[in-house]
Amino acid sequence: MAARSYPSNFLTTTIEKAARWARTQSMWPATFGLACCAIEMMATGAAHNDLARFGMEVFRASPRQADLMIVAGRVSQKMAPVLRQVYDQMPDPKWVISMGACASSGGMFNNYALVQGVDQVVPVDMYVPGCPPGPQSLMHGILTLQRMIVQGEHVSSGASS
Amino acid sequence: MSDETPTPTIDGEPEIVDIWLSGTEVPPTDEGAQEMAEEEPEARLREQLGSVVTDDYVDSEVAPEDERMIINMGPQHPSTHGVLRLQLELEGEIIRRSKPIIGYLHTGMEKTAETLTFAQGPTNVTRMDYLAPLHNELAYSLAVEQLLGIDVPPRAQAIRILMTELNRVSSHLVALATNGMDIGALSMMLYGFRERELILEFFEKTTGLRMNHNYIRPGGVAADLPPGWRRDVARIVETIPARIRDYDDLLRENPIWLSRTKGVGVITAEECRAYGITGPILRSTGVDWDLRKAFPYSGIDRYEFDVPTGTNGDVYDRYMIRMEEIRQSIRIVEQVAETMPKGDYRADDRKVTPPPRARIDESMEALIHHFKIFTEGFRVPPGETYVAVESPRGELGCYLVSVGEGRPWRMHIRAPSFYNLQALPVMMADTLVADTIATIASLDPVMGDVDR
Ligand code: SF4
Repeated sequence: MAARSYPSNFLTTTIEKAARWARTQSMWPATFGLACCAIEMMATGAAHNDLARFGMEVFRASPRQADLMIVAGRVSQKMAPVLRQVYDQMPDPKWVISMGACASSGGMFNNYALVQGVDQVVPVDMYVPGCPPGPQSLMHGILTLQRMIVQGEHVSSGASS
Repeated sequence: MSDETPTPTIDGEPEIVDIWLSGTEVPPTDEGAQEMAEEEPEARLREQLGSVVTDDYVDSEVAPEDERMIINMGPQHPSTHGVLRLQLELEGEIIRRSKPIIGYLHTGMEKTAETLTFAQGPTNVTRMDYLAPLHNELAYSLAVEQLLGIDVPPRAQAIRILMTELNRVSSHLVALATNGMDIGALSMMLYGFRERELILEFFEKTTGLRMNHNYIRPGGVAADLPPGWRRDVARIVETIPARIRDYDDLLRENPIWLSRTKGVGVITAEECRAYGITGPILRSTGVDWDLRKAFPYSGIDRYEFDVPTGTNGDVYDRYMIRMEEIRQSIRIVEQVAETMPKGDYRADDRKVTPPPRARIDESMEALIHHFKIFTEGFRVPPGETYVAVESPRGELGCYLVSVGEGRPWRMHIRAPSFYNLQALPVMMADTLVADTIATIASLDPVMGDVDR
């Protein structure tokens, strides 16, 4: 049984793995800025921190072209139905990052006006702590999510199916 | 909303909500509710309660119905600077009427303020206008200090001016950046945020946070300036004016920029007065009104600066004013840094000032004192007051009522963005739909400030 030699530059993988990898390399976020956290999200995308390094600088104005929803800021009772609609408009597979204390738990505003955690409205894959989370925290959250997707770990929304 | 939809009820007192909604039965004791129910039709009440948003554009006399179109912009729109929603009534390409719909970011902060002690208050207000957090804190702290009747030492005042003026620069930089991005000058976005980072670094060093600092507190500031602050400030003072010149080169004579901003979104001085509009928008119409000159606070009258004004009241003038205000703020920062007084950075008043950290390790009394201030807070004598500062968006006022307890009885913020937003229908009437974006961007509304 002589070993057959293959030409170089040859890679074997499964379609599933290749698809997972491809998904992480061009994850396009929907612009969903709500409050203070949105400013930090913009700062993350701007020159100094440069989210483009991870293939994510294309913030999409239309949810139909986006894979990732970064809920950046406090979600009021009035905004919650809109948020759900935007989420429903996004094509599968899709992921949600809850950015900041307000989006994750209502933050310091435990009152009549705010939804106490956006996970009551949409499934959340990643919580980024902070008030506001700095660009580094947000990037850490994004990279962790990417790693989870590549490794096929369970993520709560459409991607796992 | 159909009639079958169950009536929303508030726990504990469902009857009142029921009555308001049905408009039939009113408890004899509640006169106010009775009057409201009699005067207001049911649909209107529902609208006020926030459950429906009615479309009141029924106007088919001027133009045939099929030529008028109502489109909805937002609340999830990248150019509305957050969650502003606009109803635009179009006739072809022309906007005939428009109506801003707000409340998508209502956070109930004024209510939350009533549950926080006076010492905790700045944590709350700093999150309102999140591009100018330090101005919010300053207005609140000044109001509390006025009720308490205490003075803050000169160094604290100078630090406050230094920080708020730097904050004005960073806020205007974001305004320029987003303004540019909305009109298609994407490089402005990158530049604006790059320069802002310079200031935020200094803020982070001083206050511990990049935004929402909770740094200016009743009685002074939270901490002294960090070692090496002169070097950092000098770097900012050096860098920013040079970069501003670059922006000017980029935009001032750029024909696309000019044609998209000149003569767009025009408002007159009379209209500004009628709507209570302040800040760069008022000054762009030629009115020389700046609270820093009219009602100086924190000793800002010690420093020299000019108040830039425009002539046409259009988007271009507002842009030029923001540019000039950055230069003037840098001028103030320079003077503050040169003349920074020595001394304490907070008032020497044991009632409001916690003991220094070092004393807590030595003395039991200091520990108890510290604990008391941060758990119970301090009591503020009864009274009411209104204090305003000039935020990057205009007059930012804090109205505070105390009944002698450790928490405010009522706090209201006169938010400049809220008033300025009223100018939108005026500015956009009978203009092209393509100018909407430029007009909104030039108002620089912060929805956190509008909705609170
Ligand atoms: S978590 Fe903090 S920074 Fe983010 S929206 Fe809430 S208050 Fe603002």
